[in-house]
Parts: sequence; structure tokens; C-alpha cells
Amino acid sequence: MNWTWFHRLGSPPHIYRLAGGLLPWFAWPATLVISAGLYAGLVLAPPDYQQGDGFRIIYVHAPSAWLSLMIYTLMASAAAIGLIWRIKVAHAAAAAAAPIGAWFTAVALITGMLWGKPMWGTYWEWDPRLTAELLLLFLYLGYMGLRSAIEDLQRADRSSAVLAIVGVVNVPIIRYSVEWWNSLHQAPSVMKLGRASMPASMLTPLLMMLLGFTLLFGVLMLLRLRAEILRRERSASWLRDVLAQSIRQ
Amino acid sequence: MSTIKVTATQPSATQPSATQPSATQRLPAASAWQACHLVLTRDLRLAFRRSSQIVQPLAFFAVVATLFPLALSPELTRLRLLAHSALWISALLASLLALEQLFRDDQLDGTLEQFVLSGQSLTMLLLAKTIAHWLLTGLPLALMAPLVSIAFGVPAQAMPGILSALLLGTLALSLIGAIGAGLTLGVKRGGVLLSLLTLPLAVPVLIFGARATELAIRAESAAAPLYLLAAIAVLALTLAPLAAAAAVRVSIE
Repeated sequence: MNWTWFHRLGSPPHIYRLAGGLLPWFAWPATLVISAGLYAGLVLAPPDYQQGDGFRIIYVHAPSAWLSLMIYTLMASAAAIGLIWRIKVAHAAAAAAAPIGAWFTAVALITGMLWGKPMWGTYWEWDPRLTAELLLLFLYLGYMGLRSAIEDLQRADRSSAVLAIVGVVNVPIIRYSVEWWNSLHQAPSVMKLGRASMPASMLTPLLMMLLGFTLLFGVLMLLRLRAEILRRERSASWLRDVLAQSIRQ
Repeated sequence: MSTIKVTATQPSATQPSATQPSATQRLPAASAWQACHLVLTRDLRLAFRRSSQIVQPLAFFAVVATLFPLALSPELTRLRLLAHSALWISALLASLLALEQLFRDDQLDGTLEQFVLSGQSLTMLLLAKTIAHWLLTGLPLALMAPLVSIAFGVPAQAMPGILSALLLGTLALSLIGAIGAGLTLGVKRGGVLLSLLTLPLAVPVLIFGARATELAIRAESAAAPLYLLAAIAVLALTLAPLAAAAAVRVSIE
């Protein structure tokens, strides 16, 4: 079997070109799926019998919350690959993913707060999920802080990789301990959305938005990865050729 | 350190050691336990010669605990309700403050570099260092906590619970903090960054520790959160030194 395609995944010029080529394959589906999902969610789906139209914020909130966790896992996997096999592109991918993940976490928190005001009567409730999400944001901030505090790029890559792996071990522990903490303090006064009782007319737009947001993450990731590779390889000779080619076109 | 030999890190397969006369002239390598013992006694001896290193976190703990009644209210009935949070936040901040010193002096004088080159398991050496650090900061903090809690109007029968919660909690905090200390070695503005990295990871310790203390003060059974705290301490004891060794190795290179 020919493995050269696999080995080429470790080379920055190849990934730079590959990311550029993949970009339209993510951008167009993301645009289509998100527009369709928004139309289905905001217009076609019926209002909730308890929450009225307020529940529609779930179509932004839930996908962001899902991505905030998925991106952290992805980032830690990329960091582990970079740390173990010393692949530069993997470190670049982890560096590119962190700010996107932090923003999706912030979006999940902000939409959660906006949702909380009409439903719970307060912007902030020490709900276990919200609290765990806030701690996840702190983990992202710590990761980015460590990365920016170390000047030597190689050391920044490897140190932050160790931190990301430690964080991945800790995220489930934090999540469960936060849930345990809150369940002891008070009975949940928070209204829970019944997962299984959601009708198809509400669930389908949600699934569409999940897919659309994941594709959107793909778009952002490819753009940021290309920028990150440009920044890291700014003195490399292949880059001069690529730039000269793109100017000529 | 009599055990330093750089060649031990390289596999001897390329050169058969039986034909090498120098192999017999080398000093015998210390076992892992001997090396850990040496590191532990060295750290304790150094710390007792500069006792301010031990006293300062304790003083900081007392000062922060004093701020709570000043900011809140001098009534003991109200203070008793918040004693567990005051104790734990003060203990968390004091152990964070002490963490900065965990590896710094040894990095400055090159000892950590020798640890990496010594051929001994860096994980074990750092575990010994972290245990020494806990004996010097965490253990005194835990022993001082009953004194502080008396000032918060906590009844005497709560002391065993408070003591065991703080013993387990500070051990876990030292071990988790060692990872952050390793990562921020030689980083500018390292202190703030160290707190930002360590505090989110320390949340489970804080939750279970404060819960156990609260139950102990209310004279209820604190067994469940204490078991969970012990589980976290054991997990930290097994995994954190590995991560700390990886972090130190990256930082030293």
C-alpha cells in the first residue's frame, strides 16, 4: 500500500494547499445548511408550548456548546499528535483551533445567559452546565495565555500541548464534580428541556444547525490554519513560490 | 549528586559493555528509591536553612483568613456558616503562592537540568520534590487550619474532619500545581499565568474539600466527599508527576 499521501500530511506546503482546496467544500455547504437550518428553526418550527418563541435561541446555543467541547478534544488530539510524533502542522492546527473554541464557548455562555433571563428570570444561574462551560472557557484562556507567554515557538507548542492533554483528562472530572456540587446545594429549580420529548419539527432544525455549525468550524479552522502556517513558515522558500504563483494569476 | 552519568540514557546495545573497562570504574547507579530519598532530604534540609520559605505561605494563609471577618461581619454565627469557604479559599491561594517556588530555585542553579540528565526517572525525582514541597507547605497549612477555624467559631468536634479534608486537598493541590509550575518555568509574568492554569484544574479539589469541611462543621458525616477527595488525590499522585515531568522536560530543553 502506498502511504505517501499520509506522510505528506506532515508537510506545511502540502497542508497549506490542501486547506486552500478544501475551503470551498466547507464554505458552500456551511452557508446552505445554516441558512436552511435558520429558516426551519426560526420560521417553520412551532413555538414551544411553555417558552413560546424564546426557545429558538437553542438553535445557536446548543451547536456552540457542542462545538466548544468538540474543539477542545480536537485541539488536545492535535497537540498530542504534535507532541508524540513531533509534527509541526499538528501544533499549528492546535494553535489555530484554540481561539475558535474559546469563541464558541463564549457564544454558548452569552446565548445561555440571554436565554436564562426570560426563562429563569436571571442572566446567571449557577447551573452545572453553565458553570462547567465557564470553567472550559478558563481552560481555553489558560491555554492561549501559556502559548502567548512563551516566546520560543517550539517550546510554546510543546508546553501548551502538555497543558491541553492535562486539560482533557480534567474536563470530565470538572464536569462531574460541578454537577455533584450543584445537586447537593439545591434541587434543580431550572426548567429542563425534555430531550426525548422534542418533536421532529423542532429537532430537525437543531440537527441541521449542529451540522452547519460544525461545517462553519471547518471553514474557520482551514482559514486560521492557513494563516498560522503562513506565520510560521514566513521565511521558507516554498512560500515565496506559492505567493509568486498566486500574484501571477 | 553522585549518580550523574550521561551515558546511562543511551542504550548500550551499540557498544558491548563487557569489553569496556570504564564500565567497571563508573560509580554504581543509585536505585530510584535512593535517588528519591536523596532529593527529599536535600529539599527538606534546604528549606529548613531558609525557614522564611515555610513561614511565608502560613502567614499569607492567616492574613487572607483574617480578611473574611473584616469584609463580612464579626458575628461568629454568620462566620461559622462561611468558615469552610474562607478556609478553602485561603488555603488555595496560599498553596498557589508557594507553588511558584517549587522548581524555580532548582531551575536557576541548574539542578533541574542535572535531574533531566541523571538517567534516573524524572517522574520519580519530581514526585519526591513535590512530596517535599507538600511536607513544607501543605502539611503546615492543614495543621494550622484548626487554629484558624477556631477563630471562625467552629466547634471542636469538627477538627478531625477539617484536618483530613485539608491534608488530602493540599496534597492534591501540590501535585496538580506541579504541572503548572513545570509549564511556567522561566516564563515572564509566570505567577499570574500559573494561577490561571492551575485554578480551573483545582476546581474539583475545592468543591469536595469545601463540601467535606462544611459537613464536618455541621457535625454531619463527611465521608462521601472525603472519599472523593481521596480518589482525586490518588489520581493526582499517579498521573500528575508524569505530566509534570513532561512539562519540565519541555521547559528545560
